Amino acid sequence: MSIASQLPALQIVVPLLVAPLTVLLRGSGLAWAAATAASAMAFAIAVALTLTALDGATISYDMGGWPAPYGIELRLDAFSALLLLLTTGASTLSLLGARDSIAELMGESREPLFYAAWLVALAGLCGIAITGDAFNVFVFMEISSLATYVLIAAGPDRRALTAAFKYLIMGTVGATFYLIGVGLVYMMTGTLNFADMEARLAEVDEVRPIVVAAGFITIGLALKAAIFPLHVWLPNAYSSAPNLVTVFIAACSTKVALYVLLRFDFFVFHGNLVGHAFQFSSFLAPLAVLGILVGSAVAVVESNVKRLLAYSSVAQLGYILLGASFGDVAGMTAAITLMFNHGLAKGALFLAIAALAMHTRGHTLADLSGAARQMPWTAAALVIAGASLIGIPGTAGFISKWLLLQAALQQGPLGVVAAVAVVVGSLAALAYVWRIIEPLYFGTAEGSTAGGSTAAYTATPRLLLLALWLAAGANVYFGLIPAVPVSLSELAAAELLGHLR
Amino acid sequence: MTPTFAIGLSLLLPALGAFAIAAADSRPNLRETITVLVALALAATVATLLPGVMAGERPELYLGELLPGISIAFKVEPLGMLYACLASGLWIVNSIYSIGYMRGNSEKHQTRFYVCFAIALAAVMGIAFAENLVTLFLFYEILTLSTYPLVAHKGDSNTIASARVYLGILLATSVGLLLPAIIWTYSVADTVSFVPGGILTGSLTGPGVGLLLALFVFGIGKAAVMPVHRWLPAAMVAPTPVSALLHAVAVVKAGVFTVTKVILYIFGTGLLAQEPSSNWLIFASAFTILAASIVALRQQNLKRMLAYSTIGQLSYVIMAAAVLTPLAKIGASIHMVAHAFGKITLFFAAGAIYTASKKTELNQLRGIGTQMPWTMAAFTIGALSMIGVPPTGGFVSKWFILAGAFQSDNYVAIFTIIVSTALNAAYFLPIIFAAWFAKPDPQLKSHGEAPTAIVVALSITALATLGLFFFNQPVLDLERALMDQ
Repeated sequence: MSIASQLPALQIVVPLLVAPLTVLLRGSGLAWAAATAASAMAFAIAVALTLTALDGATISYDMGGWPAPYGIELRLDAFSALLLLLTTGASTLSLLGARDSIAELMGESREPLFYAAWLVALAGLCGIAITGDAFNVFVFMEISSLATYVLIAAGPDRRALTAAFKYLIMGTVGATFYLIGVGLVYMMTGTLNFADMEARLAEVDEVRPIVVAAGFITIGLALKAAIFPLHVWLPNAYSSAPNLVTVFIAACSTKVALYVLLRFDFFVFHGNLVGHAFQFSSFLAPLAVLGILVGSAVAVVESNVKRLLAYSSVAQLGYILLGASFGDVAGMTAAITLMFNHGLAKGALFLAIAALAMHTRGHTLADLSGAARQMPWTAAALVIAGASLIGIPGTAGFISKWLLLQAALQQGPLGVVAAVAVVVGSLAALAYVWRIIEPLYFGTAEGSTAGGSTAAYTATPRLLLLALWLAAGANVYFGLIPAVPVSLSELAAAELLGHLR
Repeated sequence: MTPTFAIGLSLLLPALGAFAIAAADSRPNLRETITVLVALALAATVATLLPGVMAGERPELYLGELLPGISIAFKVEPLGMLYACLASGLWIVNSIYSIGYMRGNSEKHQTRFYVCFAIALAAVMGIAFAENLVTLFLFYEILTLSTYPLVAHKGDSNTIASARVYLGILLATSVGLLLPAIIWTYSVADTVSFVPGGILTGSLTGPGVGLLLALFVFGIGKAAVMPVHRWLPAAMVAPTPVSALLHAVAVVKAGVFTVTKVILYIFGTGLLAQEPSSNWLIFASAFTILAASIVALRQQNLKRMLAYSTIGQLSYVIMAAAVLTPLAKIGASIHMVAHAFGKITLFFAAGAIYTASKKTELNQLRGIGTQMPWTMAAFTIGALSMIGVPPTGGFVSKWFILAGAFQSDNYVAIFTIIVSTALNAAYFLPIIFAAWFAKPDPQLKSHGEAPTAIVVALSITALATLGLFFFNQPVLDLERALMDQ
């Protein structure tokens, strides 16, 4: 057996095994180096897996040699490949820039524990994306969530503890709902494998438990994915977490929950429940539109830059859900491309904020005043990422906005309403991104004349700057050459909706 | 040089020039030499395309596919050729002028100024040669973003507030209206390419045509049709060379060029002529012409007055395109040229006055003609062209627009042109009269003429304004090529 055939398992095993090893690595930077290397390796594996998924092939891997549906199946298709790419990429870039600020925050003794928790979270997220088993999803969800609570609680002030606690309560409720739903489905079908479940559901006569299960699963995962109005934990968690943890979780953790939601609702339930498409759209599309409008409106008036971006995420999750709720291939393609492109834009923005925050005292817009003069490279990358969030052509955000609007306009009169909401959201994005950029470039920096603070400005870690520019560059690259994410999204959408015939 | 290579080169030259200018940051003489050389090379490159396009060739350059069915591609057609020639030719003159102006006023951040200018010109070439709406949109946004630092050049709070209006209106209209319009076009026509005769015939009828046209016209904020015109007076906080080349020629012409191109190549005149729902455009542009002229009458600041005059003159082009007759289409294109020459001259003169005397208000210009005879002579020629008096270029274009309006008995257009000519005269003639014949304030000290570079530049454009009256055959030939396709 060649190593290549073991890649799906290694995707989870590498970060999971390196995690306990990092705890043993004392000494400055060793734990960081190990975690970054493991994450980079996971990224390399994800790239290798993506290359096979791009051909439209699905890889099935039987864990421990037990054949599916009895054993746990790892199943890699285009959708999971895209998620893996995003998750491991976000983790690698944020770890790359994390060394100095985390060392400052955690102190040498607790640093290894922090990186161990990070790798466990990464392993959990990768596991969710790649597994083909509904209960296994729950296990990985708990692994990643528990580790994420730890990461958030590591935030610089005591508010992080409240934020982590709130997230813990909400996340546990969500996961429990999910488990109840899976239990109900298991009761009726006797299987936990997604593909098997889909096939066997067709033979179930009594659908009421399945409908209840669909409700529990959808709401539980919506809570995890911070879909409006279940988003209240998200701004606190994002703004209290250490800056680089925010980069990591903002880029991928809600998207992974959304991924499970779409997989369950479209792959498993969609073809088997009468009227499910209508229920899904009529229930979630209004919430998505509200999420876009409310999230954008709050972001326009918010003065803490991390909370501002967090509310922008609430709006962007609304876009993704809106695309999915159209229920056709065009809408789903747009939704999945958005997941990827929003991860790129938001990740790059939070990386820029992390770089800025190493030199500014707080996270309010006023604190950023005039920082562009000392940190021109960081500020320029922030402008690129902001343009991507707005959807300026030449950036990744334009591609996803184009696909979403195009899908909306195919939906008839209601689609026009959706398109208007998207356009309003884009205009709001223009306003709130500008609220960050203008003080950055034109604000007068307080105390920048003092010798001490100018000295501090010169010390932006090279690696953080490198990570930031890799992320900003990815926004431009995928804006001009979007073939990879778009074709993966098309394959994924076709797979999710293919059985509708 | 093959035409395909020339297209690529005309995009690359200013972009590479921007890098070279940035690299020559510490040596001003080298930096400005590079600017002028790049401008000359660009104009020469664009000129090599001209004979082929006149002969009916349509050279193309294909860069790559963005999404299925949507590519980044370029194709030169007569209207784009005209716009590219205009922008690249005037960039040479403007660069000479910039050197005089920026040095004469000891402006800061001069390198940033020249870099952004070069990037803006690259974007202009992209707009001029774009083969489809998405490519055009890409460069349209680059133009907006690259001109922002030029508008905000001064960096004080007043300038930043104005620059915010500039960027806010241009980005919001393009993201909020133009992008949905492009996507709507794509979803009904399955293509976004510019095709002579339009791509929407048969796939869109009824009130939808008028609505889509509205999304386009107001989405293209650079055309400054009221009520999306406020960015243009706001942009006047920029240094005068920016106002001259960008906000009298490149940026605003990008707006009317795009609108004209959308009318000719997306809707097609046939479709618009059949659909009564598109008639509103005549009225909207007529209103803009008259309202802008009336507002211009009330301005005290020279540059703001010129800005409002520009808003009115831009809508001449749009109205002429909306009249839809062949003669009016010729008028629309010639007016783009005539207005460009005339207005850049007026802005050059305004900048010359500011450089020599720091005067910006209209009531300070009494008797200035005796001190700055060259500048005020050029100003007079430019103003006469705005009014449409022979022997200036403005007369030729007005002639064609009026003839086109008579061709289709469009009395709204005829009335608007006559009234606005009177209004233009009402706000330009008093200035000219006061400048030449009024007695200057005795306690003012004399300041003399502006720096030589400035005087040379404004004399060239003033001569061009006069020249267009006598030698307009090349432009007409290009228009004939446009009509023939």
